[in-house]
Amino acid sequence: MLTENTEIDSSDAPSGEVAETPEQKLSMSRRNFMKHSAIVAGAATAAACSTEELEKFTQKRLRELSQPELQALIKRMEADYKKKFKKDVDVRATPAAEGVKFGYALDLSRCIGCRRCVHACVKENNQSRPTPEGPHNNPIQWIKVLEMEKEKGIDLTDSNAYYNPEEVPREGHFYMPVQCQQCENPPCVKVCPVQATWKEPDGIVVIDYEWCIGCRYCMVACPYGARRFNWAEPNLPADQVNTNTHILGNRPRPKGVVEKCTFCIQRTRAGRYPACVEICPVGARKFGNMLDPKSEIRAVLESKRVFILKEDLNTQPKFFYFFGI
Amino acid sequence: MFHQLLQFIAGAIRHVTHGSRTYFIWIAFLCCLIAFGGWGYAHQYQEGLILTGMRDQVMWGFYIGNFTFLVGVAAAAVVLVIPAYIYHWGPIYEIAIIGELLAIAAIIMCLGFVSVDVGRPDRFLHLFPFFGSPNFPRSLLSWDVMVLNLYLILNLTIVSYLLYSSFHGRKPNNNFVVPLVLLSIPAAVSIHTVTAFLYSGLAGRPFWNASILAPRFLASAFCSGPAIILVLLQILRKTAGLQIKNEAIWKIAELMAYAIALNLFFLVAEVFKEYYSDTHHLVHTQYLYFGLGESGGLAIYAWTSVISTVIAFVLFVVPTTRKNFFTMNVGCVLLYIGVYIEKGIGLVIPGLTPDTLGEIYPYQPTAHEVQVAAGIFGLGFLAFTLMIKIAIPVALGQLQYKSTGPGADASAQSSDAHGAHAGA
Repeated sequence: MLTENTEIDSSDAPSGEVAETPEQKLSMSRRNFMKHSAIVAGAATAAACSTEELEKFTQKRLRELSQPELQALIKRMEADYKKKFKKDVDVRATPAAEGVKFGYALDLSRCIGCRRCVHACVKENNQSRPTPEGPHNNPIQWIKVLEMEKEKGIDLTDSNAYYNPEEVPREGHFYMPVQCQQCENPPCVKVCPVQATWKEPDGIVVIDYEWCIGCRYCMVACPYGARRFNWAEPNLPADQVNTNTHILGNRPRPKGVVEKCTFCIQRTRAGRYPACVEICPVGARKFGNMLDPKSEIRAVLESKRVFILKEDLNTQPKFFYFFGI
Repeated sequence: MFHQLLQFIAGAIRHVTHGSRTYFIWIAFLCCLIAFGGWGYAHQYQEGLILTGMRDQVMWGFYIGNFTFLVGVAAAAVVLVIPAYIYHWGPIYEIAIIGELLAIAAIIMCLGFVSVDVGRPDRFLHLFPFFGSPNFPRSLLSWDVMVLNLYLILNLTIVSYLLYSSFHGRKPNNNFVVPLVLLSIPAAVSIHTVTAFLYSGLAGRPFWNASILAPRFLASAFCSGPAIILVLLQILRKTAGLQIKNEAIWKIAELMAYAIALNLFFLVAEVFKEYYSDTHHLVHTQYLYFGLGESGGLAIYAWTSVISTVIAFVLFVVPTTRKNFFTMNVGCVLLYIGVYIEKGIGLVIPGLTPDTLGEIYPYQPTAHEVQVAAGIFGLGFLAFTLMIKIAIPVALGQLQYKSTGPGADASAQSSDAHGAHAGA
């Protein structure tokens, strides 16, 4: 059962046609919705650009928005993306489901260091692509795979994230992918001066990209180097945009804000696996609801001996490592 | 009341627009610096922080280093306030005003450095109550924003009240000003303590995660702040006709010798703990003093800092060199260099290098960062110069209200008006 979801060819561009239950799509009567969007549209057309800017300036945090306000914001975002990318980007705000606490486990014995997860993540989550020829190369990757020597065991100090051999795995080496550990006691959330990042009820640590001031204190506080900053305008070519997005996850980000792994919130809240789990050719990545006794993650926790990174810091990650073989 | 204010503003403008040739060259130079830095910042606002040397591995750099150093300078104003008000040392009275003005200028620069460091300056209101959502009391950065602004307001109030009294040729009301001055002492300690806690509270950064960080911050602040003030006092004595006795300067220099000794002791305590326990956490200290792998790191800066501070200590602790203005000034410059490195890049960069996953990203500030920083320093120096240009004539009685004031009850309001003026 541990290799259940190891299709190598799983699509990198998800269809976005996930069946949704009423409680997943933030519900709202059609009439209300029409009324509200009419007001918003009217306001937008009537008002000068400066008013629109002012609206952005004085807007509230995502967490404080009422349903109509949230829907209006989503409409505005979708219109902005349409203008920018010339295609329809679906922005959802699917809330956390009851009785769900996501957990992740990674089998270090299986991982071969191929970095397919890294690239699947970049595509799925609309990360900034490299522009080596441009003046401001600002590639972003949420997963970092560390190469370590078997003789030394797990040793972050001597690890190498820039290994580039002919083929992996390299003789005498093993690999440890690191991404956001979705801590139960997240230091990044504690330090944010404007409450722009928080832990959702299903345990995912998210960022409000419209509220983040870009001070990067969260990155300084993170013991796992999991957060990334948009040092320049993200380079996301229109033909590479994943249009299936979540407002707290993979929707295209602006310059000057922090971003990070969200366990593919746009997928996992719709009952799918994160992109990195799906792409892994050796089935090293396991994911599921820790509150569901029949879940895959619970099976790993039950049958394997797991450990977490930097347990002495009391961050209580929901990202576990284990040696399956 | 209104007439008084007009007269004050007219007098202030007259004093600011009249001065020696050197004064105007200095002002022109500062304006050029500000324009130069402002142009650089406009570029950064367009392109993003990619223009800096900072990246995801080392996400804070030169800007935050300068910020940390300048918080220390601002805090050190108390070194002058304590002897001036508690021990009633005559000659230090006017010096305290200068110290507080320096604190105001330093806070302006601090706020400048924080502003240029954030990725979304357009969202700065998110930091403040009512407009935004400060994560208070959990986030130390939120605390820092609060205490820095309160400290700025407090210093503006004290200085403008003292100057207001002087403007009217009256003695300041001690019942009003002494409590405020006493409050400014813990406030100064608190701004630097909070800034230290901002670093030392991070469990994931062992180089900073030490209880000695806050005491070290204070000790080094009481070195660098007075070092600047001593040089300033000598300049003002020559150019502005301020009567400052040598004894006052020597007394400050003596206090500084104790601060340097304490700072060096704390440094030894840290170095001992790191090297004797010899854990993985040693890499940061090692990076600071010797570099790691191919990266020479910050060794040249780190050793410059240590050697400068040690020489400065000798110059300040020996009475003959302390009381000789040449050697004392050399000591001030060395101390300034020493603490600027120690509390600037020598604090921020090794704390972040190697990063939490062991990667060494050899951060160096880019020319762009230096350009923007030069603009902010220009702004701070300009604010200080203009404030001092108004404050000294007032303190010396050269800028005074011509007829008697309308009454003591108007003082609070007028004080506010002056406060707003001084802050502009």
